Amino acid sequence: MPENPVESKPDDAMGAIAAPPRRSEWRRFVRVFFGRKLYLIGFIIVAIIVFTAIFAPLLTSYNPEKNDLPARLQTPNAEHWLGTDQMGRDILCRIIYGTRVSLIIGFSAVFASTIAGTIMGLAAAHYGGWVFAVIMRVADVLMALPAIILMMLIAGMLKGGGIWIVVFALGFGGIAPMCRMMCGQALSVKQNDYVMAARAVGMSNWRIMWTQIFPNAYPPLIVGLTMGIGGVVLGEAGLSFLGIGVQAPTPSWGGMVMDGQRFLLTNPLLSLMPGLAIMLLVFGFNMVGDGVRDAIDPRLRGVI
Amino acid sequence: MALLDVQELQTYFHTEYGLVKAADKVTFHVNEGEIIGLVGESGCGKSVSILSVMRLIPSPPGETVGGKVIFEGKDLLKYQPNGREMRAIRGSKLTMIFQEPMTSLNPVLTVSRQLTETLELHLDMDKRAARERAIELLRMVGVPDAPRRIDDYPHQFSGGMRQRVMIAMALSCNPAVIFADEPTTAVDVTTQAQLLELMKDLVTRLNTSLVIVTHNLGVVARYAERIYVMYAGRIIESGRSEDIFGHPRHPYTVGLLNSVPRLGERHGTRKLIPIYGLPPNLINMPQTCAFLPRCTEKIGKCEKEPWPELRAVGDDHYISCYVDIKGK
Amino acid sequence: MDESQNDMIVQVKNLKMYFPITRGLLRRKVADIKAVDDISFEIKRNETMGLVGESGCGKTTTGRCVLRLYEPTSGSIIFTGHDISKMPERKIQRYRKDMGAIWQDPFGSLNPRQSAGGIVGDPLKVHHMADKSELKDKVAELFRIVGLDPDMMDRVPHEFSGGQRQRIGVARALACSPSLIICDEPISALDVSIQAQIINLLEELQEKLGLTYLFIAHDLAVVQHISDRVGVMYLGRIMEIADSWELYENPLHPYTKALLSAIPIPDPVAEKTRTRIVLKGEVPSPVAPPPGCHFHPRCQMAIPECSQARPPLRDVGNGHYVACIRV
Repeated sequence: MPENPVESKPDDAMGAIAAPPRRSEWRRFVRVFFGRKLYLIGFIIVAIIVFTAIFAPLLTSYNPEKNDLPARLQTPNAEHWLGTDQMGRDILCRIIYGTRVSLIIGFSAVFASTIAGTIMGLAAAHYGGWVFAVIMRVADVLMALPAIILMMLIAGMLKGGGIWIVVFALGFGGIAPMCRMMCGQALSVKQNDYVMAARAVGMSNWRIMWTQIFPNAYPPLIVGLTMGIGGVVLGEAGLSFLGIGVQAPTPSWGGMVMDGQRFLLTNPLLSLMPGLAIMLLVFGFNMVGDGVRDAIDPRLRGVI
Repeated sequence: MALLDVQELQTYFHTEYGLVKAADKVTFHVNEGEIIGLVGESGCGKSVSILSVMRLIPSPPGETVGGKVIFEGKDLLKYQPNGREMRAIRGSKLTMIFQEPMTSLNPVLTVSRQLTETLELHLDMDKRAARERAIELLRMVGVPDAPRRIDDYPHQFSGGMRQRVMIAMALSCNPAVIFADEPTTAVDVTTQAQLLELMKDLVTRLNTSLVIVTHNLGVVARYAERIYVMYAGRIIESGRSEDIFGHPRHPYTVGLLNSVPRLGERHGTRKLIPIYGLPPNLINMPQTCAFLPRCTEKIGKCEKEPWPELRAVGDDHYISCYVDIKGK
Repeated sequence: MDESQNDMIVQVKNLKMYFPITRGLLRRKVADIKAVDDISFEIKRNETMGLVGESGCGKTTTGRCVLRLYEPTSGSIIFTGHDISKMPERKIQRYRKDMGAIWQDPFGSLNPRQSAGGIVGDPLKVHHMADKSELKDKVAELFRIVGLDPDMMDRVPHEFSGGQRQRIGVARALACSPSLIICDEPISALDVSIQAQIINLLEELQEKLGLTYLFIAHDLAVVQHISDRVGVMYLGRIMEIADSWELYENPLHPYTKALLSAIPIPDPVAEKTRTRIVLKGEVPSPVAPPPGCHFHPRCQMAIPECSQARPPLRDVGNGHYVACIRV
């Protein structure tokens, strides 16, 4: 046999070869994500929103909840850039603080529904049989109820309208879709040979679930999570607009739109500005979600 | 004069990681009524070459940037890939059989629709004549109970039968050349034997030329008169079948033949001699011979000079190598 | 274990594996897919047993039954003296340690989200064969054994080529120093020039570590090259078992003959003189296999008696068994 021509280490006897150069997953992610303008714009919007929420007190010197009746219903001027509402509160200030409320509700509700949905979905896919049937039928029922009605039902039952009740209502509505998605993903991942291989190795079902199935099923989850935030914020706005969401005087964009509608003809900015904020946030998160999806796994396009 | 003459065909792909010369100066010809084999491992450019001839390279990212494909005295590369001239040739005079018939047959149309469509399109047949011809074609490729089965959908056929339907479609317009891209890779050995015998039989009877594209050396040994061996986008050896298998001259061909187990070797008598290393990554390849890192016969010249052009080493036998390992 | 008395690693006796086809809401059983229909064979220690056959012949199912990934419908699988065919999942783990598996698809059989080192180390962790400090060294050692650079341990599978991935698969199979390895089409997804590397690796490992293989493949040339004994399967049954060379020199079953003649040889001169038996028709469905000998509808030598009763696998001497009444 001729001499092995590959530059050899002693271990090369059986034809070991250096792996091809590493291609960083992360770098690919960054390149795809920031390679498209729309995703970049979305990312910038989200970054600005998050920044605004965190540093709200530094961005405005007004108190969002303190009434100043003499200064009510002002049009934009040097002191109040976007004017004031019927209680004399600065609109810009309330929008800025409203970001906090929106994000807190958005993140909490989505995280809660994701965790619950994931566990339910994985359990359904994993145990099959009766567990699968029961969980999926419950999810079907939840999905069949229009989300807004479900949320109104919960919000109405629990009364009050604190932030956490809104979170609960919105999060509950998000469980079913998450659960279905996770279950579908897990079932398809389960078909892979490596799951069979893990069983042959002697792994317990529990371990297979968390080391083999979950890590391969979660990419759409992240996308769903990102996009879900936009949806929840929209939902919160809807609830607040109907008056069963976040209660005054806590600044909430949906509530502001509702408050402003009475003055739509005289001072349209009152409703328009928070509406615009909602739109931007939803657009931003959707774009980021799209970008994440394309960067994680382009095959998911059309699935989510 | 060759029926189909492909000269210095160059098809490049622009990928996000760099330029891939998928087919680089590929030259081959097909004579009338001849069976030739295009052999190589996955990614060597064999499929790209024939897809380029058929003008079926998706663009972007692919692009045929140079060369000539002379068929019936005309250069096919001068035509628009989807122009009228090309469409008139593709599917009638030059046809293809794909590896996976399930994905190349339309699942929602009956076999009859798919067969008669080409006949009506290319041969101007009316519906009844086309149907009769389609049934005759199915009989010819050995589909039992053809008049009834013609109205079935592709999924109602088994893998082997689907491939027969593909062959019938490829034959429908009396083509000059059939390109069979890994026609038997998706089927079992006994079915493979059935299909290959059938194809050989049909092309001899109809005086059609057949180009078998495959990674399986055994498949072409029995049927092909001439063989082209490809590696990393280029043809590295070509010649008559007996010469390629009996007296291979390129180190890669030699290595390939030594590395496959053969039927009828007593267990434990011969150790296989593998080709070390990996097939090359085609992205931004160096100028030198792509087989160099795996070659056991390399000489100093190989490292310095660019990849050599094909040169004659015998009667109709060409290799692209500075070394000539005649002795083996 | 009484290995001295019995050097059989695996004895498969009358193994049947039927998969029910169910319909409707109540999952009523309407038929069975008879994937494996009453087969018996045994594998000696340090020997390679090849199982060859076309897709759907039940060879993969047989391998998975031996691994007890499926619970057999009936029959027994005696692994190193213990019948594992009916053992509950909990007890089986102990024997899984002593069996390895190499899978067909080097892309599908490795978890894409796990590092190569993690994949190879999994069996060690599962069976508590290495504590944290040892684990890395043991995995590195396994990498070296299969000819991979241990520095590549924390890379994920997609960073490796097909051949290298299959080496990772081999390392995983070797991790717990098993005595039996089930190789299910281990090379059919690899490039031609890489296949020989893996075959040689398997042969070298067998010599060095005294392994026993159940080698499952559709390519008779490969099976014959690597195996001591070969079993030919057709539609869930074993048609013929013989020593590998004997099977080539003196094939008795008409199906084996057809299979041998269908395999192309890369030698045009030899090919010109070979006659090819082209089988008529196609493999019937395993849901409703033909009565009697499963092969008789396609067999050139079939006589009416062939459809009457199942031909037994009988000894024709020289360790050669054939299930055909015509020879």
